[in-house]
Amino acid sequence: MEKVEKDHAALAEEFIKDEERVDWHDGALWWIRQKRDMAAKNIPEWEALREAASQIKNNVLSNLHDYLLEFEANVTKNGIKVHWAADAEEHNAIVYSILKEKGIEQMVKSKSMLTEECHLNEYLIERGIDVINSDLGEYIQQLDNEPPSHIVLPCIHKRKEEIGEIFHEHLGTEKGVSDPTTLTRFARRHLRNVFVTRRAALTGVNFAVAETGEYVVCTNEGNADMGAHLSEVQIASMGIEKIIPQKKHLGIFLRLLARSATGQPITIYSSHFKKPRKGQEMHLILVDMGRSRQLGRPDFRDSLKCIRCGSCMNTCPVYRKSGGLSYHNTVAGPIGAILAPNLDMRKHADLPFASTLCGSCSNVCPVKINIHEQLYKWRQVIVQEGYAANTKVLGIKAMAWTLSSPTSYSTIGKAGRWVLNNIPFAVNNKFNPWYRQRDMPDSPKESFGEWYAKHGKDEVK
Amino acid sequence: MPMTVGLFIPCYVNQFYPNAAIATLQLLQKLGVKVVYPPRQTCCGQPMANSGFEHLTQECNNLFLENFAEFDYIVAPSASCVLHVKDHLHSTEDPVKAERVRSKTYELVEFLTDVLKVDKLAAHFPHKVGIHQSCHGLRGLHLAQMSELNAAPFSKPVRLLNMVDGLELVSLERPDECCGFGGTFCVAEEAVSVKMGKDRVSDHVRHGAEYITSVDLSCLMHMEGILQRNKSAVKAVHIAEILNATR
Repeated sequence: MEKVEKDHAALAEEFIKDEERVDWHDGALWWIRQKRDMAAKNIPEWEALREAASQIKNNVLSNLHDYLLEFEANVTKNGIKVHWAADAEEHNAIVYSILKEKGIEQMVKSKSMLTEECHLNEYLIERGIDVINSDLGEYIQQLDNEPPSHIVLPCIHKRKEEIGEIFHEHLGTEKGVSDPTTLTRFARRHLRNVFVTRRAALTGVNFAVAETGEYVVCTNEGNADMGAHLSEVQIASMGIEKIIPQKKHLGIFLRLLARSATGQPITIYSSHFKKPRKGQEMHLILVDMGRSRQLGRPDFRDSLKCIRCGSCMNTCPVYRKSGGLSYHNTVAGPIGAILAPNLDMRKHADLPFASTLCGSCSNVCPVKINIHEQLYKWRQVIVQEGYAANTKVLGIKAMAWTLSSPTSYSTIGKAGRWVLNNIPFAVNNKFNPWYRQRDMPDSPKESFGEWYAKHGKDEVK
Repeated sequence: MPMTVGLFIPCYVNQFYPNAAIATLQLLQKLGVKVVYPPRQTCCGQPMANSGFEHLTQECNNLFLENFAEFDYIVAPSASCVLHVKDHLHSTEDPVKAERVRSKTYELVEFLTDVLKVDKLAAHFPHKVGIHQSCHGLRGLHLAQMSELNAAPFSKPVRLLNMVDGLELVSLERPDECCGFGGTFCVAEEAVSVKMGKDRVSDHVRHGAEYITSVDLSCLMHMEGILQRNKSAVKAVHIAEILNATR
């Protein structure tokens, strides 16, 4: 099992050291949250749309087996080859075998969090296949050899000056150039050449329609289309939860997705892929990778309704202040924190605790996943399964013991206040994480209980 | 109204903020309510449960039921603790009793607006005040409309504060952002917690608040710690103390 060097708290602490960056990161994401609010409040039926989407996804999860078979049959009928992958290893091997059979050594890939989860790029590069991410944000992250920090805005944690530096180092732009338009034009010229020369293109899938066997890919850059339209071999990778029953349901999801993600009414490109062009070969890989296991957890199955809009990240104050990379998982933020423990509970035991349980995530979620309630429930599971640190277990047990008895509670409460009043340095020191940047509360001579014993009978007029 | 209210004073309020508890008691008494404080109460169990140790809270639950089952209503000056009781108070021996206690437990503000239907107060507090919406009060108990939803606005705390003579509410840039307290989060994720708290406090300060008030002392304790460390003149005060303040 892979060992995480630093947990969320430690990684967040590093991110926060650069306070100016945090303020700017927080502000950028809050601005997107506000755009989302405006878009949502412009549609009177917004809450009804969320409810409908939630119900459709509930239906999908309850009948996933049947919908998948229906989808597979229709996809096959349309002339696309279907593959099933149980895990990342199988998924990556399938992609590799498709490319190898055609003797293809270069591939272009549009945004796909699933292939990030599978570490597909690393796998293919080790086997001599060159992969280029064509989503601009992902492209920048790839150049900088860093995973995406946000599922919709992969390099939101980087400043334009830093991106200019990366372009200078890797693509030979002039040093010091950081104007976004100039940099984007440069990337565009570079990527156009990639699109024209790549024989294979891989895309993700936003929605897979069981009824018709088509799939829909949503982008703002048109990069998925550019890759797919010019390719000889087109591959799409999707998690098995991406199914929707019928084409008519797309109207609900497309209206919700972009509004939730960025406040746009719809993504610039919502492309439907159904069958190969003449001379083209199309493959679709259905990936499980822990989804079936999550489906079998009654408290957490709802997390599979996620349509990857990223709105829970934008609204999450912890995410905004700590940065996506502090979650050490492909999908960061609140949704990542309820998905990740299913994949590896030990490695991600810290994530459900990286939250104040404020509940804003559940309120912005376009498919109404009860994210904050699942965070609470994961905490219980993680402790029960023995993944809590020993020191914490002892501390909480002592707390539970103290609070279970009125006598021990009042004795310890009194002792605590006595310490604060008489030997404050015993508490006010650098070993107390509360005291590092916050004063302790003033310590009254009398608790309310003690006051009440003396004055409780005096009626107030 | 012949009713008796059991006053639930959360553990840390009892130890550190007796004045807020006294204000709650006096305010209820002024409004003609008979209030009893059961002295053997400790804690609702939330600190353990939110840390993943809900299985260690049964004794707290039993104690809570023992202390409060007899009352018509249970009222506390803490949205967070009330939400915990409403969501998680269980009893294996007497689930019906637990259900009854859950349903009659109220946070102070909602008790004033929803049960007592208070429409005027004899309170006087001539200051500029910023409201900190505690997340558990807002999104858990729905004391006000949540900014994320496309739904009609309302606010129970604002309704009450508007009855206070001389009080001026300041508007904030982010009206319902979390302060970053989050229970054990405040020490386990110290860096994030403090950054969130600093930003929350600065929104109030920037908009001219002399006082930050809330239905939750846990949020206030956290923000007060930051204000005091930075030698700010701005003070944190529980809403009960404002509603109970007189000339």
